[in-house]
Amino acid sequence: MSEEKYIPKSKLAQWLDTRLPLLTLSHHLTSYPTPKNLNYWWTFGGILTFCLITQIITGLVLAMHYVAHVDHAFESIEHIMRNVNYGWLIRYIHANGASMFFLAVYIHIFRSLFYGSYKSPREVIWIIGLLIYILMMATAFMGYVLPWGQMSFWGATVITNLFSAIPIIGESVTTWLWGGYSVDNPTLNRFYSLHYLFPFLIFGLVVLHIWALHVPGNNNPIGIEVKKNSNETIPFHPYMVMKDLIALLAFIIIFLWFVFFAPNVLGHPDNYIEANPLVTPAHIVPEWYLLPFYAILRAIPSKLGGVIFMFAAIFVLMFLPWLDKSKVRSATFRPIYKKLFWILLFTVLMLGYLGAKPPEGIYLFLSRLGTAYYFIHFLILLPLIGRYEKTDPLPQSISDPVLEKPGIIDKFKKAAAQYEGENVGSFK
Amino acid sequence: MSKEIKPKRREFLFTATYTVGAVGVASAIWPLVHQMNPDSSVKALSTTEVDISSVEPGKTITVLWRGKPIFIRRRTKKEIDEAASVDLKDLKDPEKDSDRAKNPEWLVMVGVCTHLGCVPLGDKGEYKAWFCPCHGSHYDTSGRVRKGPAPKNLEIPKYEFVDSNTIKIG
Repeated sequence: MSEEKYIPKSKLAQWLDTRLPLLTLSHHLTSYPTPKNLNYWWTFGGILTFCLITQIITGLVLAMHYVAHVDHAFESIEHIMRNVNYGWLIRYIHANGASMFFLAVYIHIFRSLFYGSYKSPREVIWIIGLLIYILMMATAFMGYVLPWGQMSFWGATVITNLFSAIPIIGESVTTWLWGGYSVDNPTLNRFYSLHYLFPFLIFGLVVLHIWALHVPGNNNPIGIEVKKNSNETIPFHPYMVMKDLIALLAFIIIFLWFVFFAPNVLGHPDNYIEANPLVTPAHIVPEWYLLPFYAILRAIPSKLGGVIFMFAAIFVLMFLPWLDKSKVRSATFRPIYKKLFWILLFTVLMLGYLGAKPPEGIYLFLSRLGTAYYFIHFLILLPLIGRYEKTDPLPQSISDPVLEKPGIIDKFKKAAAQYEGENVGSFK
Repeated sequence: MSKEIKPKRREFLFTATYTVGAVGVASAIWPLVHQMNPDSSVKALSTTEVDISSVEPGKTITVLWRGKPIFIRRRTKKEIDEAASVDLKDLKDPEKDSDRAKNPEWLVMVGVCTHLGCVPLGDKGEYKAWFCPCHGSHYDTSGRVRKGPAPKNLEIPKYEFVDSNTIKIG
C-alpha cells in the first residue's frame, strides 16, 4: 500500500530503512492488496516462482558433477545417476522440474487468456511474461542437449538448423552457433554456459514481471477494476500466501509423483543412447512442451515458411493486447469469446498431439487445419468479435456476484450471529 | 556571438564522443562475437582421404568429415540411368546428374538433409534412394530432392579422386 507511508517500529530498523528501504519493500510485498475473489487459477505465479528456484538450486548442484565435453557428458550423467549421493533424485527433480515448469506456465498463460489479464493496463506484464516464456524455451532446449544422448544431439541439430532457413546469412549464422560445421564439442560447451546463465536472466525478468504487476495490481475472475484499500481487497499476507501454499502443496504432490513413480515418462528413451552423428533416430520428437510449435513447423510445406510460421505463432501473442479490442476482460461476460477460448485450447492441445505423430496423411492435414485456425483465432476472430460481440452486463463490484446469490445474506447473518460478541470482524 | 557558437560546439563534441564511444564498444564486442565462430583446430580438420576399393556396386559407405556424414555410393547401372533420365522440369532444385557425379559410378555427397539437418536413410523412400525420417523429404538416386520440405538437393562436397581407389574430401 504505497498510499500510506510505512515507518518501521524500532530505531535500528528506521536507521536501516532510511538508508536502504528493504523493510518498506517487505512491508509493501506483505500488505499488497489483492482482490478477494482470486480463485486457484491465480496461484500459479507462486508455483512458477517455486519451479524457477527449484531448477536453479538443483541445476547448481548438478553442475558440480556434470562434465561439458562430448567424450564425457553422457558418462557424467550416468555418473550422477549411479554414483553421486542422491544424484538420481536431484537429476530427476531437475528433468521433471522442467516439465512441471512448463505445465504451470501454460496454465498461467491460459488463465491470462481466459480472464483477459493481458489487457490494459497490464500489457507490459503480459509482454515481459512472454519474454520469460521464450527464455524458458531456450533454456529448456539447451538443457536437453547437455546429456548428449541421441535426442539431445538431433534435437540440437534440427533446432539450430532452423536458422539456416534465413536467406543469405543463414549458413553463417548456424556455423557461428555451432562453432564448427556441425553440432559438436564447441556447441555443447556454449550451450552449457548459456544454460547456466539464462535462469538468472529469467529471474531478473520475473522481478520486472512482479514489479509491473504491483503497479496496477491483480486482475481478477470478474475482470473489473477493484477499489484498492476497500473491502474488495485483502492483504497478500497471510491470505494469498496461504492460498498459494495450499495450491503449491497439491502441485508438489503431482511433481513428486512424476519424480518417484514415472521419472522418464515425459522423456524419450532414445536419449539414453549416446549421441551418434551418423545415425538419426527414426522419430525425432522434441520435449512435449514444444510439440505444438513443432507441429506448426512441419505443417508448412516450405523450410523458410515453416520457420516463419513457428516463430510467428509465439510473436503474435505479443500483439494480443491490441488484437483483442474488447473492453471486457473476463470471458465470463463474453459468450462468444468464451467458446473461442475453448476451441483455441483444444486446437493447441491437438497440435501438441500431432507434433508427436509422423507428418503424413491425416496427421499432416489436421496439423495444417490447426495451424490455420491458430492464426485465424488471433488475427481475424479476436479483432472482429472485439468489435461485434454483445457482452453480458458487468457487475458494479466484485462482491455482487456473490451477494446476489439468493439467501446468501441470510446465511452470512446467521453465521455472524453465532459469533456475536466475539471479535471476528464484520462483513460489508 | 559566443552564446550562439557554444551550443553548436557542445553538440559537435557530444556527437563526436558518442561516435568514438560507439566504435569503441563495437570493436570490444566483436571478439566476443567472433570467438563463437569455428576455431583454428576445427578448421584444420578440413580434409579427409577415403579408401573406396572395398565398396561393391549398390553399396554406400559413410565417413565423417567436419563432423558431418559423407555418403559415398557406388551406384548400379540402373540407378545411374534413372538419375540421368529425369526431366529437369520435374525437379525442385534442377541439377543434372552429370554435374553432381563427376564419375557417374561414384556419388559423393554430404549426408545431411537440407531441411533441418537429419541424416537421410539409404535405400528408402519413393525413389528407392534416400529418405529423411525427420520431416519426410525424399531424394532420388542422384541425391536430388523430389518430395517433402527440403529446399535443396543433398550438398556435394569438394572432392577429388587421388587415384582410382582413393577419394580426398575437402
